[in-house]
Amino acid sequence: MLEIKNIHKTFGDAQVLRGVDLKVEKGDVIAILGPSGSGKTTLLRCMNFLETADSGTMQFDGEHFELGKMKKRDIARLRLKTGFVFQNYNLFLNKSALQNVAEGLIVARRMPKQEAYSIAERMLEKVGLSDRAGYFPHQLSGGQQQRVAIARALASEPEIIYFDEPTSALDPELTGEVLEVIKHLAAEGMTMIVVTHELGFARTVADRVIFMENGVVVEEGSAEEIFDRPAKERTREFLRMEWKEN
Amino acid sequence: MSDRAIHILTDSFMKILLPGLKVTLPLTAIAFSLALVIATVVALIQFANVRVLKQIARVYIWVIRGTPLVVQLYLVFFGISGLGYLIDPFVCAAIVLAVNEGAYCAETMRAALEAVPAGQMEAGYCVGMKYHQIIRRIVLPQAMRTAFPPLSNSLLSMLKDTSLVASITVAEMFMAAQRIVARTYEPLLVYAEVAVIYLAFSTVLTWLQHFGEKRLNRYQRAKA
Ligand SMILES: Nc1ncnc2c1ncn2[C@@H]1O[C@H](COP(=O)(O)OP(=O)(O)OP(=O)(O)O)[C@@H](O)[C@H]1O
Ligand SMILES: [Mg+2]
Repeated sequence: MLEIKNIHKTFGDAQVLRGVDLKVEKGDVIAILGPSGSGKTTLLRCMNFLETADSGTMQFDGEHFELGKMKKRDIARLRLKTGFVFQNYNLFLNKSALQNVAEGLIVARRMPKQEAYSIAERMLEKVGLSDRAGYFPHQLSGGQQQRVAIARALASEPEIIYFDEPTSALDPELTGEVLEVIKHLAAEGMTMIVVTHELGFARTVADRVIFMENGVVVEEGSAEEIFDRPAKERTREFLRMEWKEN
Repeated sequence: MSDRAIHILTDSFMKILLPGLKVTLPLTAIAFSLALVIATVVALIQFANVRVLKQIARVYIWVIRGTPLVVQLYLVFFGISGLGYLIDPFVCAAIVLAVNEGAYCAETMRAALEAVPAGQMEAGYCVGMKYHQIIRRIVLPQAMRTAFPPLSNSLLSMLKDTSLVASITVAEMFMAAQRIVARTYEPLLVYAEVAVIYLAFSTVLTWLQHFGEKRLNRYQRAKA
């Protein structure tokens, strides 16, 4: 469904991505692990064109794209097939929870308001927030905001959703509710790429796990392969450190 | 207070208030609305980094903020009259006030636009919205919230600055007061009276500001 090849990205003279490949099949849940600064966020942002990659190719639903020279129209078209969930939610601050979810449908997809709001209501229900539809972001807890953000990403029925550390900004007691929602989506067969530091979560939900460091993929495999018998010493070391922290 | 003083005050009250209601307030309302339009356009040009236009915007702001309002009024009104063209003083006053205040409000608006977190723009892109849609529906409303108190300040300044247009023959409140002083030789009384009327106008505007802020705060907490 989606394949990235040899993606490169530099900021100034810092090489942040140095030839990353990534292949996603429909229904895959892929967890990306890696130490801070390894380029995980940058990878997701390049895949959704929030950053422009220097080079690399993307294959999406059989179409071929050069990441270094994307046309505006293609970017707009591809974004309609994807959802993005940010570490810090980025809910529209001047819109209620319901409006946040409906906004993209009304504005980008030109859906009649009534239809958009009824979809938005369904999405809020799905993330367990029907009773918060009229609340504005500043009236919601971090966990609730992130669930609204997930509902917003879901609303347009994307083919894939990218999650960038969806629980890192949350207090520990709030991470559970967000991870539950993502697990639910996984069970429904949603295709997702999740950058996360939650190893337990990655292990139970991910079909495949990718370990990144210094802008390259160090190791990639099924959750069992990576967690139970990692091949690379660097992966073992990282996992040891992470388990200790959690 | 002497009978004469009371008589002058009551007699002049309507003579000052009426031009206030008929000239000062409409002039303020028209000029400020225009100023907001100018400010929004100029701020967005800079925010969106539109080449050439951005340079023009900077020059505009530089010139307007670097010269006194009275000089701008004289330059335009007497300058154009001096060339032999007829120009309506009220129209001239409205345009100069708008162009003048527009420069200050543009800076307010630009700062407010820049204060909107970049993530708002990115979230808009991610749900498929286009630049202009995100600006209109997400960024501008939030910037307006931030800009509201300083813009209210500008509105108050403009209300008071309209007193300067007496100098280009607009018959507003302050000119009415000057005329009464010329007739009665009671500057202390009459200027105090006009000051109180300005204060009353300002007070109403300040109430409106509080009311407006409350409404805006319904959907967005004031930024620290
Ligand atoms: N806009 C930018 N300008 C300059 N450098 C950047 C920019 N964005 C990221 N970087 C640098 O790129 C590197 C990778 O950043 P990135 O955010 O992708 O890492 P990450 O793996 O997501 O880390 P974390 O786990 O801390 O979120 C870092 O060294 C960072 O400083
Ligand atoms: Mg990151």
